[in-house]
Amino acid sequence: MVWTGVAGTRLHIAAARPVHHRSMLLKPAAHGACIRYAVPPWRRWMSKRDSSKSSFVSKVPQFPTWEPVAENQLPPRTKISPDLVDKLERLALVDFGNQEGVNCLEEAIRFADQLHVVNTDGVEPMDSVLENRALQLRNDEVKESDCVSELLQLAADRVEEYFVSPPGNIPLPKREERLAMLKHSAF
Amino acid sequence: MAASSSGNRILLHKLNELITFKRICNITQHDIFIRRIRTSRSKCQLQPKMHTKSPPQMVGVVGLEIHAQIHAASKLFSSSGVRFSAPPNSLVACFDASLPGTLPVLNRRCVEASVMTGLALNCTINRKSLFDRKHYFYADMPAGYQITQQRLPIAVNGSLTYSYLGGRKRNQVVTKNVRIKQIQLEQDSGKSLHDDHRNQTLIDLNRAGVGLMEVVMEADMECGEEAAAAVRELQLILQTLGTCYGNMAEGQLRVDANVSVHRPGEPLGVRTEVKNINSARYVAKAIDYEIQRQMEVLDTGGTILNETRAFDSKSGATVPMRDKEGLQDYRFMPEPNLPPLFVYESVASVPAGVDPTQVVVIDRLKAILPELPGVKRAQLVEEYGLLPEHSFTLVNEVGLMDYFERVIQKTKAEPRKVIGWVIKELLGNLNQNGLRLTQSPISSEALAELLNILESGHISTSAAKVVFQEMWKLPEKSVKQLVAELDLELISDQEQILQICRRVVDAHPEEVRVIRAGNKKVLNKLMGIVQKETKGRTDPLQVRRILEEMTS
Repeated sequence: MVWTGVAGTRLHIAAARPVHHRSMLLKPAAHGACIRYAVPPWRRWMSKRDSSKSSFVSKVPQFPTWEPVAENQLPPRTKISPDLVDKLERLALVDFGNQEGVNCLEEAIRFADQLHVVNTDGVEPMDSVLENRALQLRNDEVKESDCVSELLQLAADRVEEYFVSPPGNIPLPKREERLAMLKHSAF
Repeated sequence: MAASSSGNRILLHKLNELITFKRICNITQHDIFIRRIRTSRSKCQLQPKMHTKSPPQMVGVVGLEIHAQIHAASKLFSSSGVRFSAPPNSLVACFDASLPGTLPVLNRRCVEASVMTGLALNCTINRKSLFDRKHYFYADMPAGYQITQQRLPIAVNGSLTYSYLGGRKRNQVVTKNVRIKQIQLEQDSGKSLHDDHRNQTLIDLNRAGVGLMEVVMEADMECGEEAAAAVRELQLILQTLGTCYGNMAEGQLRVDANVSVHRPGEPLGVRTEVKNINSARYVAKAIDYEIQRQMEVLDTGGTILNETRAFDSKSGATVPMRDKEGLQDYRFMPEPNLPPLFVYESVASVPAGVDPTQVVVIDRLKAILPELPGVKRAQLVEEYGLLPEHSFTLVNEVGLMDYFERVIQKTKAEPRKVIGWVIKELLGNLNQNGLRLTQSPISSEALAELLNILESGHISTSAAKVVFQEMWKLPEKSVKQLVAELDLELISDQEQILQICRRVVDAHPEEVRVIRAGNKKVLNKLMGIVQKETKGRTDPLQVRRILEEMTS
């Protein structure tokens, strides 16, 4: 996998991905917060490339390479405190549910920690692969408007022509309640 | 519950909700609807130090964030229509409701409007600007984020010159300058109607996705009056440009004020944010109240909390709003669905392969920039010899300058004379009756005719004022008709005037004695009596001459 920076600098992220971490990603099974692939994404991508072999010679390496990153190269492990869980849940309106969810989050952060090893000095961050394209503009014309009936049909609840939502945000459990919840949730 | 309730009941219920809500919160219906979208700004904040030895007077420090709805037919990123008070959810495209798979397509008009506004505010227009997602959860923003311009906005580093009538008599034009930090394009949110009794919120997405320009003004202002004047000037500029209607009552212009107090030379104090002020008058009131409140808190040894407050127009006070207390984290990230926005200096700089008619070209917009209020005022002073404060009134009142110029074109009267009639008589009467200029019963033509009759010497100034009041009451009658009917034409018969003067002099021997003894001021009293007797139908200069002769 290659990221092409603005100045044409390439970062071989794959090189920073150790083998053992691949299995780590797959390990915390049966949890919704982690995205799991039967085949890791890079491999799916690779097989696609394999099947479309042509005369075109891509500058993208044909096979990913990597070397393990030693634990001592990484920053200290991030521990997620109950307060932080609380804050994240409020911000993202997600529910970690139990200790397993929190562990999964810590593992995900650990995985991402490897990016710290990559030297990005002098490389401008890339927002999008379209960053050198100009944005298309449209004329100021009203073309689609009256989808009210269609849209309202999709609503779970409505009053007249209004969508109905719960009042504000649903309050999350307080910190003490959360601690109790985490304590009682076992693997 | 929707299915089981009858429409009438719901409507009635909603009305009750609104009324109770309004009563409780002392806010207008408008406030209920408007939820604010803004970008957080961080500033080094320190509590002002308390000195024991005669400290210098504390002063207010005011910065503004103003959201202006862009005047466009369609929304910022979707092609659904934009209209105030349309039936709920009748102006909603799939993108506005954030249906999966929908993508933003930027409206060129919105970009042009922001570039024009940037040019009018002396900004640097960024040739390349970026869009970002600002995340927060609110039912009237279904995507869970607002698309805004946090990192690289469309326009930066501008300035706005504004004036207001200051001084002890409020007749001196005070001119100040405020720096414009940036103008950013962003989406408006929908509107929420809270129904606390039923524990639900009704959502109208008509406003969701409407294009906004957020104009960020630096904390260069010191009081409510300055801030209100800056808002008014910005409103005039936007209206002149046609980039925003600027109707504050309809939420087309919404003001947040960042207020702190400190002693000059010391670090800035902790600031509070007063949100969602929806009239220029309230801008002044809310800010002055907040400055006063903060000074009092500090004077009594208290500390200012960095909090969001709302202005209660009924009590004239600001009250704390329930806040998320430090939990706010907008998790800004680059908007992945929008490549950078490029605008071009000139048609020549548009790259090959790009249709110049489909892009935004700064030179093209510069060429169609209308004359701005500041320039108009200077012209009025220059061209007609008006006082600056008069030029101020003419430009600030919608349509008044055009009215004035139409009168000028049709009359021989001096502009300095005309301005008095337009501001004192016309505007005075309009304000007294709570009317707008478009509702004036006296047209510019009619006023010009009256002034022409006055100029020709047929009626006196005082008589003309009487005629003006009659014109106000009877707009269907012609000016000449009224003058004739009221019997106000100046007495041209020299003999008749002499007779009247003689009668007055004879009837007031005491006054005549005083005048002869050297007190010429008493002559004015006699003149007044003559004017009264003739219902103002004499030329004052002529009467004075005659009376002077008779009393000498």
